[in-house]
Amino acid sequence: MIRESFIVLLSHWRRKPLQLIMLLLGLALATALWSAVQAINGEARASYARAAAVVGQDRLESLVQSDGSRFSQQIYVDLRRAGWLVSPIIEGEKRIGGERIRIIGIDPLTLPPQARQVDVMGAGIGLKNFITPPGILVTSPETAQRLEGAALPPVAVVDTLPPGTAMTDIGIAQSLLEVEGQVSRLLLWPTQPASAKPLEETAPGLIRRQPAVESDLSRLTDSFHLNLTAFGFLAFAVGIFIVHSAIGLAFEQRRAVFRTLRALGLPLRSLVILLAAELMAFALFSGLAGVALGYGVAWALLPDVAASLRGLYGAEVPGTLTIRPSVWLAGIAIAVAGTMVSAAGGLWRLWNMPLLAPARPRAWGLASERAMRLQALSGIALMVVTGALTQVGSGLVAGFAALAALLLGSALLLPPLLSSLLKLGSRTARSVLAQWFWADTRQQLPGLSLALMALLLALSANAGVGTMVSSFRLTFTGWLDQRLASELYVTARNQDEAQAMRDWLVPRSDAVLPIWNAETRVEGQPVQVFGIVDHATYRDNWPMLAQVPDVWDRIAASEAVLLNEQLARRSGLGLGDPVALSNGLSLPVAGIFSDYGNPKGQVIVSNDLLVKNFPDANRLRYAVRIDPAKAARLADDLRTAFALPLENVIDQASVKSFSLRIFDRTFAVTAALNVLTLGVAALAIFASLLTLSGMRLPQLAPVWAMGLTRRHLAGLELLRSIALAALTMIVAIPVGIGLSWMLLAVVNVEAFGWRLPLHLFPLDWVRLAIFALLAAGVAAAVPALRLARIPPAQLLKVFANES
Amino acid sequence: MKAEALLLFLALSTPALAQGFAGMGEDAEGFSVPQAGTELVFPRDHGAHPDFRIEWWYLTANLEAADGTDYGVQWTLFRSALAPSEGQGWQSPQLWMGHAALTSAEKHRSAERLSRGGIGQAGVVEQPFAATIDDWHMTSRAVASADSLSSIDLGASGQDFSFTLKLDAMGPLVLQGDRGYSVKSAEGQASYYYSQPFYEVAGTLKLLEGDVAVTGKAWFDHEWSSQPLGADQTGWDWFSFHFDSGEKLMGFRLRDSAGGFTSATWINADGRAEPQAPGALQVTPLEFAEVAGRSLPVRWQVKLPDKKLDVSTRALNPNSWMDTQVSYWEGPVRIEGTHAGRGYVEMTGYE
Amino acid sequence: MDWNAAAGMLLALKDVSKSYTTSEGPIQVLRGVSLSLDAGENAALTGESGSGKSTLLHIVGGLDTADSGTVHLDGRDIAGMDDQQLAELRRGTVGLVFQQFNLIPSLDVAANLAFQARLAGRHDERWAAMLAERLGLSQLLKRYPEQLSGGQQQRVAIGRTLAARPKIILADEPTGNLDEATGDAVLDLMLGLQAETGAALLMVTHSARLAARFGRRFHLTGGKLA
Repeated sequence: MIRESFIVLLSHWRRKPLQLIMLLLGLALATALWSAVQAINGEARASYARAAAVVGQDRLESLVQSDGSRFSQQIYVDLRRAGWLVSPIIEGEKRIGGERIRIIGIDPLTLPPQARQVDVMGAGIGLKNFITPPGILVTSPETAQRLEGAALPPVAVVDTLPPGTAMTDIGIAQSLLEVEGQVSRLLLWPTQPASAKPLEETAPGLIRRQPAVESDLSRLTDSFHLNLTAFGFLAFAVGIFIVHSAIGLAFEQRRAVFRTLRALGLPLRSLVILLAAELMAFALFSGLAGVALGYGVAWALLPDVAASLRGLYGAEVPGTLTIRPSVWLAGIAIAVAGTMVSAAGGLWRLWNMPLLAPARPRAWGLASERAMRLQALSGIALMVVTGALTQVGSGLVAGFAALAALLLGSALLLPPLLSSLLKLGSRTARSVLAQWFWADTRQQLPGLSLALMALLLALSANAGVGTMVSSFRLTFTGWLDQRLASELYVTARNQDEAQAMRDWLVPRSDAVLPIWNAETRVEGQPVQVFGIVDHATYRDNWPMLAQVPDVWDRIAASEAVLLNEQLARRSGLGLGDPVALSNGLSLPVAGIFSDYGNPKGQVIVSNDLLVKNFPDANRLRYAVRIDPAKAARLADDLRTAFALPLENVIDQASVKSFSLRIFDRTFAVTAALNVLTLGVAALAIFASLLTLSGMRLPQLAPVWAMGLTRRHLAGLELLRSIALAALTMIVAIPVGIGLSWMLLAVVNVEAFGWRLPLHLFPLDWVRLAIFALLAAGVAAAVPALRLARIPPAQLLKVFANES
Repeated sequence: MKAEALLLFLALSTPALAQGFAGMGEDAEGFSVPQAGTELVFPRDHGAHPDFRIEWWYLTANLEAADGTDYGVQWTLFRSALAPSEGQGWQSPQLWMGHAALTSAEKHRSAERLSRGGIGQAGVVEQPFAATIDDWHMTSRAVASADSLSSIDLGASGQDFSFTLKLDAMGPLVLQGDRGYSVKSAEGQASYYYSQPFYEVAGTLKLLEGDVAVTGKAWFDHEWSSQPLGADQTGWDWFSFHFDSGEKLMGFRLRDSAGGFTSATWINADGRAEPQAPGALQVTPLEFAEVAGRSLPVRWQVKLPDKKLDVSTRALNPNSWMDTQVSYWEGPVRIEGTHAGRGYVEMTGYE
Repeated sequence: MDWNAAAGMLLALKDVSKSYTTSEGPIQVLRGVSLSLDAGENAALTGESGSGKSTLLHIVGGLDTADSGTVHLDGRDIAGMDDQQLAELRRGTVGLVFQQFNLIPSLDVAANLAFQARLAGRHDERWAAMLAERLGLSQLLKRYPEQLSGGQQQRVAIGRTLAARPKIILADEPTGNLDEATGDAVLDLMLGLQAETGAALLMVTHSARLAARFGRRFHLTGGKLA
């Protein structure tokens, strides 16, 4: 009996293949976007974990200089001789063939077991090859590919290292980085012999640093991934609307079958279980398909994500995906959960349905006025929550909670709002057809409201994120003009060349400004310190957000420092606050400047101060001021004179276009997800319209009978969808502006550390509106076309007497 | 003969770990090879020989606390060369490894240290003699006229123990084999090998339970080679005995697919060494025990008919397992039978 | 029958045949039906279930088309009309009343009443008000169809049809869903108003009792007029 009943239930889908496709497609799409985001995040997080786990930094304490600078390896030997179990690490970045590679030198003999990602003794490397010149660079497969052809030690490939990192013997690394006899830090073995001499006696300059449980990278990029997750969830929610409509329709259309089966003796419990099993099978199938599809999406998006992360945070994420069981499990789980949530209402109604309930589908999803009012009240309540959160809340989570409240609130408010708008519209109706059009549209609202809410979410997210990105870009472009005031930027290959280059440039240009920098820590964060000389380039152009009156004089006199905005925000430092730089050097903040696109904190001091306090500062870069007309010529001459590679002399325009390219790639993912979400929303409308079109016949047939052609009716149906989309778009614009304001003023500040002004781009909205109307039109086209071509016999069935 | 060092270093320096003991007989390409008839010169030969592949300074001590509790101490510094040369800084191809152990009847404690040569973390200085790795040391305090090893200070530390010992030799250095040329197989593999078996020891063991003052006897070996094992030799059993009579015995058996290769040196109380013919020493396991997941002899019968020696050994702690990167059994024993005394046994290659 | 005279009639069918294709093959529903009706006349169309009553009515109303034969309505042959012309015919000439009432659920009673008249461009406020009064709907104008009883809904449907002043009213079992008393009342109203407006009325019914109240009666058996 169960088997037969199941076959009867399933036969519905054979007769309604389109419905089945919608259900499976909706579920698969929802799962796909969600899984894509999960796969991308998983890949990135695994990469951060690998980066964090490099030489066990996530698990081992280490000994460092308080300012993070390198120190003599004799201190290492002294500590070992004093009984300490420590292992030396040298770290640094090296440009190899245009690629910046992080080089980590280890001593494989003393490396604690927790720090051994690379089996140096293992096949393919071998201790002897590793430690004796020329040594071996161990890298990820991807990095190995990037390094191909560079004049370097032989490369060995492992999967355990993050991209952009090369591990090698400490001796080899010291030569590569030109820091003979220097170490960056010492890893402490987890347990030390009781007999070791006190640390302060042997290495007074060093402090113990706790293992970085959460790496700088994962902290910095958290917001980015939260962002992606939010998008994935949005897409999933939108997709679930489709599933909900398809399941709802299938339930309504099978009421007669349910009644018959029960009348024939199938227990209600069995019926419900059968239906749940049927849906579970669909969920599993679509879940699997969705995750597979999600991997496709992730695979397509990952290069952009990787570029974004590199550009925004300097985080290296590989461009290839690993198949993670967790993603599959989570994807299928969310597909099943989504299906069950979508079906809960239907199953509940079935559970409570009297055996002899009328088999005629009643107007599906018809909401009473009271329900509408309740929905409006909930929406208003959520709006209040949104306002409260932006006023009172702080932090990224509050920011996203506010965003969620805003979106959900506006989605809930949409149907009552549209209902009111349509009521208003019907007042303007002159003709009876117009009157009917408005009234009928209003009546369709309950059935379409879920899809329209999905559309609203997609449109607001689009308008909001679009406004945010455009505002950001506008600000960024203006900022680049200020920040990149010099005509040429040159980088020498070594110290001697830098000096010679400067001597060569001085008589040939208006000014040669050093761009020297060093790494240090401020308030526990890694920051770059730049030294600048006093010059009009800075006085006239530097993009200051806040400053004391005589800021440049004070910088020139080495009396104060400048901070970039993100450092000021993260550390809570303001004008006049002292900043501890290193070796007891502490200077007040004289200015805060905007520094978009930079993941790191930055401190600017006078060049004298930099040279004095950071002897190992990088002194290879200069900015050159010259008449722009002569810049290209000078660049050529310079390249020739020093046989410099192309990338060592860059003109202003190249830097700008490079920066903008990075910027655009950064938001390419967001844009892609946006479009996909909108596509899913369009599909939701399509599914809903298709669902409704079957139930529309009894409502449309009398109008047809009273003298409207089928084509006329179809045209009205099309117009109705477009009108609803247009009204939804109108609502979406203020929601989108609210969204972008929150992104710029709350989320960005938390995520990136900078606050941007909001600019409005009405033309973008027009474009979006056209897209939305097009989407709605396309979605409505199929049902409308079907209506236009429906055989009159089918319409006549509406009038057929039931007797 | 502490040949497990060879294994360790070959394991470190080549991907040959899986080859096990068979890998030890490989060619000594570029490295010096011991030659019979070469005279050892001191203090020069107390120092390191970087042109040989492997070398070790190995000290075992049978100690006793005032209350009669037995202890054993092991202190070893191994050298292994990736290339037959010395280099500056990290480029040096010389690798160093320390093993230390402190054994009592209840517990066997061990520690291990590794270091690169060339940076000052580990090494051996000839004059005044000092062998060090990290804070572990074996330092001469002999007067200039005496052999630099006649008086030494010894120290090492691990997680749960450390020791500082003063050692004074009561007899001369003993050259093993043919004036220090020690043959290891019938095919002629050999090493340079001498010992100082006459140390009287006094010092302190630092345990978690507290300090223990101890006295006793110690045995020192210095051996270097490039190719000490035959290709089919799978492991060895090594014995160093201090008899109550003042006589000493060093003997070993290298196990192979056939009957094995044994060698021994009888050392008279006055320091006069009597190398025994290959095969004169007979060793037989008497009792096996499960140690670290494998079956090992914990009692041996050792016979040297020419000296009317027929003794059996009893391990102070059958679980004297060196849980180091390459592991082996090394521990103090009591000797019973025709001669009574104490000593050390080492067993490697039991899988 | 005089076919020349019939041509001058409001409604004249000649040799109308119609078949449907079903899964069991074609079914001949109408086999050469001919009938005529003049303005002001009322006629009952009776017959067994499946005798083709509704199909005949649908063809006359321009909802369906005949396979062969001619249908003249208001002086025009509707057999050759396209979709657009049929729609105009339904809008301007015909008034339909169904058993299922088929009101427009999204419109209130007043709007439903006025709907077809306004579609036809013949809306007359006073006439509509009068009709509402006569049909007893004056108090219900602001209600929606789902809030009405069956009899009330059918009265709205009749009012909707009459409001447009059609030349012919086609009713398909309009009282089929109503109890006898309500049905009789509805029929009284319909016949009365038909007489007043001078429209023709063709009503499908299976009830001989009701058919007896009509001026003319046609009986369909096996797709032919008896």
